Amino acid sequence: MNLPKISQVTGRAIPVPGDDIDTDRIIPARFMKCLTFDGLGEYLFYDTRFNADGSEKLHNLNLPCFRDASIMVSGANFGCGSSREHAPQSLYRAGLRAIVAGNFAEIFFGNSTNLGMPCVSASRENLEKLSSATENDPDLRVVVDLENLQVRYGTECIPCEINPGARESLLNGTWDPLEELLTATNEIEETARSLPYA
Amino acid sequence: MNSKNLFEKVWDVHSVGELANGQTQLFIGRHLIHEVTSPQAFGMLREKSLPIRYPERTFATVDHIVPTDEASEPYSDILADAMIKELRKNCAESGVTFFDVDSGKQGIVHVVGPEQGLTQPGMTIACGDSHTSTHGAFGAIAFGVGTSQVRDLLATQTMAMSKLKVRRINVNGDLGTGIYAKDVILHIIRLLGVNGGTGFAYEYGGDVFDSFSIEERMTACNMSIEGGARVGYVNPDHKTFTYLKGRPYSPSNEEWEKQVSTWSSYSSDKGCSYDDIVTIEGSEVAPTVTWGINPGQAVAIGENIPNPDQVAQNDRAGVIEALDHMQLRAGSPIQGTKVDVAFIGSCTNGRLSDLEEVAARLPGHKVRDGLKAIVVPGSQIVSKLAMEKGLDKVFIEAGFEWRAAGCSMCLAMNPDKLVGDQLCASSSNRNFKGRQGSPTGRTMLMSPVMVAAAAVTGEVSDARTVFG
Ligand code: SF4
Repeated sequence: MNLPKISQVTGRAIPVPGDDIDTDRIIPARFMKCLTFDGLGEYLFYDTRFNADGSEKLHNLNLPCFRDASIMVSGANFGCGSSREHAPQSLYRAGLRAIVAGNFAEIFFGNSTNLGMPCVSASRENLEKLSSATENDPDLRVVVDLENLQVRYGTECIPCEINPGARESLLNGTWDPLEELLTATNEIEETARSLPYA
Repeated sequence: MNSKNLFEKVWDVHSVGELANGQTQLFIGRHLIHEVTSPQAFGMLREKSLPIRYPERTFATVDHIVPTDEASEPYSDILADAMIKELRKNCAESGVTFFDVDSGKQGIVHVVGPEQGLTQPGMTIACGDSHTSTHGAFGAIAFGVGTSQVRDLLATQTMAMSKLKVRRINVNGDLGTGIYAKDVILHIIRLLGVNGGTGFAYEYGGDVFDSFSIEERMTACNMSIEGGARVGYVNPDHKTFTYLKGRPYSPSNEEWEKQVSTWSSYSSDKGCSYDDIVTIEGSEVAPTVTWGINPGQAVAIGENIPNPDQVAQNDRAGVIEALDHMQLRAGSPIQGTKVDVAFIGSCTNGRLSDLEEVAARLPGHKVRDGLKAIVVPGSQIVSKLAMEKGLDKVFIEAGFEWRAAGCSMCLAMNPDKLVGDQLCASSSNRNFKGRQGSPTGRTMLMSPVMVAAAAVTGEVSDARTVFG
């Protein structure tokens, strides 16, 4: 299986500010009653976007100018809470291809990397600058550059970070580990046999 | 020289090799699955025509979507019904053992695993559920994983993982009376923060963890993830072995001595090193209650709700948002906050000892008029044992509804949901906005006994006073 090498993500960015945005917020549990991940994009941030009667609240995700954004900009501890892959899947299926935030909850980060959706960290100050720049000009072209560990927009260039292993696998196109895991047939067998339990 | 902690020992034994990106290919001895995060994984394998590699190492139960008040299928919720049928089909086709609703063994995956003796010291365990850390109470290394990893595990029994650092958390001395494992873990999260554990496995120890029962250790390990730590564990000891003796999947009598000595050998060596050590005095832990929208936003029962003007600049916006959602007034006492619903259950506090602890205090007390109070045992076995002891009658007599086993109102994927902006005193583990099924619903996390105190007084109260 040849996965694309992901060295940068380019597109419009959508700011969804706030710290500790948890997976229940990203996709409320009631939308997890599904047998496949198809269609989850619709329910992204559902309760933050819609009132109980289905009418829209004021939220960037509801604004036409951000509709085809591919980069989300948020705060610290993004994706905390549940291990549900439904959260990164709903982001991915809503068209997002990279997340720039303060830092990420571990399982969310791993799940996103497995989808080929890089999660990069930037300082609070730089996140605020980037957010307000995209608020002011939603058409702004933003580049998340994994090779050079930079986020560039307009004339600005801010440094970003990502776990080196995840970066490697995105750059090499090995971000979905299944193929590689499958090749170690004998070693897996050996480890299984050496365990003191069945 | 060569001393190691438990995490390192278990990691080394289960390492298959190094992957190109530097991660470890880790063998997972036990894989637990449930209906929410597995159907997509089975689907992905079907698409790739990949078989299940070691079906005998995977065990399934159904917990999140099961109604707790109607047993008969088809469920009125067609999506829930489709999910249980899909799991049943996937297990039957692949040869995975399924503790189905008619088995008498069904329940929350993190209650069922230990109860069946599937969770043992020195194992690696994974489940598509973040509270898999619960199983660390036995000295296992247990990871919550996403669905892609469930797929990887079904196909190879291995997954790609980066090694974690280990933080030893000592809780020394004694806990005061009326202080529970739930208070200890809420206290730890409050101190270290909801992302303080990122990149770490938490090894819990010290006098307090030594004296904890296995069920108390499970409560604490369960919420490691709420502190950002993917793994939490306690070194195995005689209590661990006693708990496991005679369980369906525990080693047989002939094997027993040998297994116990293997299990003991996994314990962290004396003098081993840790990446970090934190020490907490047990006497400083008070009954703890969350006031906000993440589990770190908690205070002791005697304290006031924080004032945004008095917290660190970086926390201010979060405090304001939380107070707004919770409809609480900055600076006022947490005690006396009016409660609409009381929920006792979940993989944190839905075990027999939790129900016993509450039932011992209930006689002579009644749930406040107009307040909805439900008890949801963590598994069918917990339910059966509790009923044999007559606990169901005690709860019903006091005005609680006695329900069938499942996750229920912990995340409200079944019909048990908050309505509107109801405030729920809950023994579960997450107080995120909308967690209990209503976007405007409000959750306060606390120990089961504190939930009972709130149920009988109608407000957040100090259980030590209420039950004397
Ligand atoms: S009880 Fe709650 S936290 Fe535990 S597995 Fe069920 S939904 Fe998850």
